[in-house]
Amino acid sequence: MARAPANRAPTKAAPKSATPKASTPKAAAGKSAAGKSAVNGAVAAKGPDKAKLLDWYRNMLLIRRFEERAGQLYGMGLIGGFCHLYIGQEAIAVGMQAVKKPGDQVITGYRDHGHMLAAGMDPKEVMAELTGRAAGSAHGKGGSMHMFDVAAGFFGGHGIVGAQVPLGCGLAFANRYRDNGQVSFTYFGDGAANQGQVYEAFNMAELWKLPVVFVVENNQYAMGTSVERSSSETHLYKRGVSFNIPGEEVDGMDVQAVAEAGAKAAEYARTGKGPFILEMKTYRYRGHSMSDPAKYRTREEVDAVRKTRDPIDHLREKMEQLGYTDEEAMKRIDSDVKKIVADAAEFARTAPEPDPAELYTDIYAKA
Amino acid sequence: MTDVLMPALSPTMEEGTLSKWNVKEGDTVRAGDVIAEIETDKATMEVEAVDEGVIEQILVPAGTENVKVNAPIARLKGEGDSSSNGAAPPQSAAPTASPNTDEQKTVSPPPGTGGGGREADGGGQPAKPASEGAAPLAKASPLKDPELPAGVKMVRVSVRDALRDAIAEEMRRDGDVFLMGEEVAQYQGAYKVSRELLQEFGDRRVVDTPITEYGFAGLGVGAAFAGLKPIVEFMTFNFAMQAIDAIINGAAKQRYMSGGQVSVPIVFRGPNGAAARVAAQHSQDYSAWYGAVPGLKVIAPYDAADAKGLLKAAIRDPDPVVFLENEMLYGLEFDVPDDVDFVLPIGKARIRREGADVTITAHSRMVGLALQAAEQLAGEGIEAEVIDLRTLRPLDHETIVESVKKTNRIVTVEEGWGAFGVGAEVCQRVIENAFDWLDAPPTRVHGEDVPMPYAANLEALALPTVDKIVAAVKAVTYK
Ligand SMILES: Cc1ncc(C[n+]2csc(CCOP(=O)(O)OP(=O)(O)O)c2C)c(N)n1
Ligand SMILES: [Mg+2]
Repeated sequence: MARAPANRAPTKAAPKSATPKASTPKAAAGKSAAGKSAVNGAVAAKGPDKAKLLDWYRNMLLIRRFEERAGQLYGMGLIGGFCHLYIGQEAIAVGMQAVKKPGDQVITGYRDHGHMLAAGMDPKEVMAELTGRAAGSAHGKGGSMHMFDVAAGFFGGHGIVGAQVPLGCGLAFANRYRDNGQVSFTYFGDGAANQGQVYEAFNMAELWKLPVVFVVENNQYAMGTSVERSSSETHLYKRGVSFNIPGEEVDGMDVQAVAEAGAKAAEYARTGKGPFILEMKTYRYRGHSMSDPAKYRTREEVDAVRKTRDPIDHLREKMEQLGYTDEEAMKRIDSDVKKIVADAAEFARTAPEPDPAELYTDIYAKA
Repeated sequence: MTDVLMPALSPTMEEGTLSKWNVKEGDTVRAGDVIAEIETDKATMEVEAVDEGVIEQILVPAGTENVKVNAPIARLKGEGDSSSNGAAPPQSAAPTASPNTDEQKTVSPPPGTGGGGREADGGGQPAKPASEGAAPLAKASPLKDPELPAGVKMVRVSVRDALRDAIAEEMRRDGDVFLMGEEVAQYQGAYKVSRELLQEFGDRRVVDTPITEYGFAGLGVGAAFAGLKPIVEFMTFNFAMQAIDAIINGAAKQRYMSGGQVSVPIVFRGPNGAAARVAAQHSQDYSAWYGAVPGLKVIAPYDAADAKGLLKAAIRDPDPVVFLENEMLYGLEFDVPDDVDFVLPIGKARIRREGADVTITAHSRMVGLALQAAEQLAGEGIEAEVIDLRTLRPLDHETIVESVKKTNRIVTVEEGWGAFGVGAEVCQRVIENAFDWLDAPPTRVHGEDVPMPYAANLEALALPTVDKIVAAVKAVTYK
């Protein structure tokens, strides 16, 4: 593990000039205080590695197909309550996953299925949580909005908009306290970016140089409210300016761009420089949740994004240009993913509900 | 071949209207194509195809109402590959959680009249001590529901529309009243309670806010300091926890700590308690929390008439009011007097059913369960008196105590947790004021002492049920 000496004694708040856009991932990695590539899985300098791109493609496709199926199971009444799909935003969870090191933590809001899958959680367990079964990741107690895999550093799925941001800083505080070189990736939406506690957290994060990367998934809408209608500063990467937290806007529909920016931000946080804000420009294709008719935007707007910016199509085209796609391999990915999702759905449909006695467990630690 | 099923589009949807087909038999559809439109009580939604194929048969024609969730609506012929189409045989679909399906049937229309002196202004009750907890029992409650004008028409209105009408009428009556909250204007309300208000009153008076509860609740309190009469909507009361300092320190305590100088005529309203399957962070009942706070008035109505009459009273009230609605009640219809001057007094319970054997108290959605339990008990020869608390603070313990003096037994029902709860408070008031009349220990029915689980079976176990109420009544009547 790259243990950054700078972590111990935070540099005196070096005046930060605007937003650091200059450094390339390669340069950032080269400047790693530990003197080695700090970024596990950052895109190699010489060119994208084929296996990596195929892997990203597969993982994004898995999320897409999984979410489509979840939508379908919701329609059948097998999933209840609120169900927020990640369709359109796949490149963010997948690209950032490439930046994570073992021991790093992730925390997000209720739009969490994609993050679970990107982190490598068994799709069966994720789907079974959605159907409220004992085999689910939270044994059926949490549901769609409350997914967890603490062993893998995934600290959940939270339902109160913005409330996970201070919690994510708390994870980072623990990292700094223990000087363990780990980073907390704290995700929130464009709507959440207006909650006061986000700014209380920003201030502490910079003040104490906490190793946290704030990832704003700006899908342009908070339920029916566009960023323009809710925000006096619509460039959310600038929201750290008055706290001296650097920020950067990233094309969140381009998995490579996400991974590159993520690597740079993680390196910054990991080496004791403090928090970093990544504003991922993205789009959700579906309604806010299953019960949102999404009348606040036109069908043309949605179609235009799907046609011109789709993260999965985009990567596929890129791979075609590089000659990385052969018909056979792509077909295999396709049918593998389909099967995984079909199996997950079948599992989630037939797995038993929790034992009634579970109603009273997990309220306190076992004595 | 695949059946396309009627989809559920919200946590509480059980059926809907298939308003329009965008395809006809023989059409080829691709995943993502909009094939039909469905109307629920909240919204019109587009249905997208999930599979590719040819529409072989349309089973439910456009315009059909009350199509049950999961009913086949069309038949699709696909191209092989059965794993790509998820529409399973309809029988495999799990039942949707719907704790209140039976309520509709058992709703007794409100008697509509109360008789006695008119209390057009609702609220202000100079005779009552400010202290709730140890309030000595007044001789007789001075509050009565207003007498309705002769010949007033009763109309069937949903709780949702009754709330909307109350807001609209008060906004027409008083230019200082405005509505503020998340998605209240352009979206027409997350639960459509503010439907068409933006169109009538414009964006000066119907204000969409960012997601910033603490901020806009505090801003509302400040506007009330300056004499405006804000109605602050919380999308649900779960999110008001973000703003609870504005409600309690900002609003509730101001008149007192300013020695009477500051008035805070504000209403905080929104759905409270469990909806369906929305799990721990979205399913909390805050009745007891706000009920504990001096300086607040707290209202939690059950039917549409009370929702309307009490919300109007709350808006006119010079003090901060927490108005707890319930999402599961929004779609239920009741008789409401067609009268813009219909305003109910804050602080007066309503006896919904008379009976001599046991007193049952409840508020909000639990009133429906209590009435159902009373019906069932009547079949077994036990006559329950059901009291709808309607207002939690000030609590109308006079009505409760009078009832207990007649029945000698009390069972309280609330959706929220029992510990330090509404039932605990009601029982204590009974003990203080009618101890010698009691023939059985005061008994509580309440939500289980756990955060709300997501799984359908666990959720059902966590909430009060008709059976639990019946069992509690039998215990206190020694049957
Ligand atoms: C404190 C709080 N207020 C309101 C809500 C209701 N709500 C849930 S999601 C949401 C929109 C959030 O939008 P954004 O942060 O942009 O995230 P996205 O849904 O786009 O991923 C709202 C208003 C909530 N869950 N918590
Ligand atoms: Mg958003």
